[in-house]
Amino acid sequence: MSIPVDVMAPVGKGIRKQPSRRNLELVLLIFAWAVGVLGTLQIGWANGVEPNSQLWITTGVVGVLALVMHGMVRWKARYADPFLLPVATLLTILGLVMIYRLDVAATERAVLNGSPSPTPDAYSQLTWFTVAVILFVSVLFLLRDHRILQRYTYTFGFAGLVLLVLPLAPIIGTTVNGATLWVRLGGFSFQPAELAKILLTIFFAGYLVEKRDSLALVRTKFLGIGFPRLKDLGPLIVAWLVSLGVLVFQRDLGTSLLFFGLFVSMLYIATQRRSWLILGGLMFIVGAVLAYFAFGHVRLRVTVWLDPWTYANDDGYQIVQSLFGLANGGILGAGLGQGFPNLVPFANTDFIVAALGEELGVTGLIAMLLLYAILVERGLRAAVSVRDSFGQLLAAGLSITLALQVFVIIGGVTRLIPLTGLTTPFLSYGGSSLIANWIIVALLLRISDRARRPEVTMPSPDEAVTQVVRRV
Amino acid sequence: MSELALTLVRLGFLTLLWAFVLITVLALRRDLRQPAEARPTGRERKPARTARPPKPPKVAKQQKVKGSKIVVIEGPLNGTIIPLGDVQITIGRAPDSTLIIDDDYASSRHARIYPSEGSWVVEDLGSTNGTWIDRTRITSPTVLPVGAPLRVGRTTLQIQK
Repeated sequence: MSIPVDVMAPVGKGIRKQPSRRNLELVLLIFAWAVGVLGTLQIGWANGVEPNSQLWITTGVVGVLALVMHGMVRWKARYADPFLLPVATLLTILGLVMIYRLDVAATERAVLNGSPSPTPDAYSQLTWFTVAVILFVSVLFLLRDHRILQRYTYTFGFAGLVLLVLPLAPIIGTTVNGATLWVRLGGFSFQPAELAKILLTIFFAGYLVEKRDSLALVRTKFLGIGFPRLKDLGPLIVAWLVSLGVLVFQRDLGTSLLFFGLFVSMLYIATQRRSWLILGGLMFIVGAVLAYFAFGHVRLRVTVWLDPWTYANDDGYQIVQSLFGLANGGILGAGLGQGFPNLVPFANTDFIVAALGEELGVTGLIAMLLLYAILVERGLRAAVSVRDSFGQLLAAGLSITLALQVFVIIGGVTRLIPLTGLTTPFLSYGGSSLIANWIIVALLLRISDRARRPEVTMPSPDEAVTQVVRRV
Repeated sequence: MSELALTLVRLGFLTLLWAFVLITVLALRRDLRQPAEARPTGRERKPARTARPPKPPKVAKQQKVKGSKIVVIEGPLNGTIIPLGDVQITIGRAPDSTLIIDDDYASSRHARIYPSEGSWVVEDLGSTNGTWIDRTRITSPTVLPVGAPLRVGRTTLQIQK
């Protein structure tokens, strides 16, 4: 009884094979690698360091890692987005180059002071990158279909919450620089919040797919915008309390902001009701005001943000040095290896953007922001094109996490908003962050593969043949 | 290395960085112009948003047609409410339907509901699996009484007052 609908479709339409564009990906990857090699050489030239065999091995390893990822995508996610991988790789490479550059500066300084030279961070970052690639490959290999994740929605939610509060656990939790967000196990320490970020995004996506119909219901209209029913406010309030809890007990402004922002944005995407954004914004303001008056560390951040120059020698030292660095960089930058990015404390983690801004200038910084923008755009594109709602929400949520994190940290470093300690995705020195962000890339690739694969994307609702159902 | 050479390398690095960005953006533009079918239309959520026929109260005032809204009472869009006006509503998977059902058992243009002589009439538009009022499959335009379950694919709808 089924109508031969295909006949009605324009000839060739839908049968046309969507190019997988894997070769473009390979070319871009090689390009990214070449950028990294030039950067590394430039640092050497500027500081009179001859490129030694160790350096060549390191750059070689990076190239091999990139090829391994590319091969994996070719094998297991043929139709995945061709831009995600090269862009993320270039950002990681830029991070590695900058961390290496800061190592060079630290060594020079140690030689001047006659102290023993510090252990280089670039190699441990490379090790973390290797671990990240292994996880990236495993995600693509083991997770054939992102929809499997939806089955474990609540498991992920629970695991995410546990990870979030893990640093508060008595023995393993560690406080570093005032914020309790580290867990130390054996010789390793990691930031569970980074992984929690992914798990909670999966949870939000699964949860909102289930609940969005009731969350989208409109009860009262106010100023032309429909507001949700009072009893549907529960999830938002819970998310708000958890975020405040993170702020109070872990003293971690960035993570707190990230989670609440993520939840509100996903709620908005799921329900398409602006009222959630308004409510979320109001609750954010209430939370922010409460936090300002209740907690000294939040107040301090705001005071320093408004007037860093008064505190230039103590609490505002870091941000002031960062601003000096950016000013020194100017439009074209001091050149890799020719600035003084090491004067900023924590230059290779929180303030790596300041370091890059100093040596590459605003020109380089804008290029990097565009790279992030491309990454987020590709993620959102995957969200728009994938067919299932869980995939849509997951891809959108993961992209938003990236975007929010970039905004919060770069905004903080450039003094657009108060400084919060978040890592800069892909660039910052630190294993947990690098691994988490590469898992995000793997998930986005998996979803975009689903979205662009011909047999899935080909039948648009207009042309699809209806399945025949048997009525009992 | 000389100052000049270093400056050149410095500018070269920035050029390379921007070249990467520009190449990506150019390739990306081509990607955006990919066949339209790569972008599936209509998210599942959309029905509720698009399903707002203009100004329903008009009819309510005139008291011409019975029933003021159609409600999805079963299926993935459970809870969706479409106010009924004086225009017909179409149901199906096609993105231009009033109620877009993302369901393998529904056809692109499955059925339509239109007002006629004070009541709402359902007509099957040649769907594969049929349109059902309660347990009978309709073969010709049939009056849909208030409260009767209308089945389209895995979705059940009902006219409410």
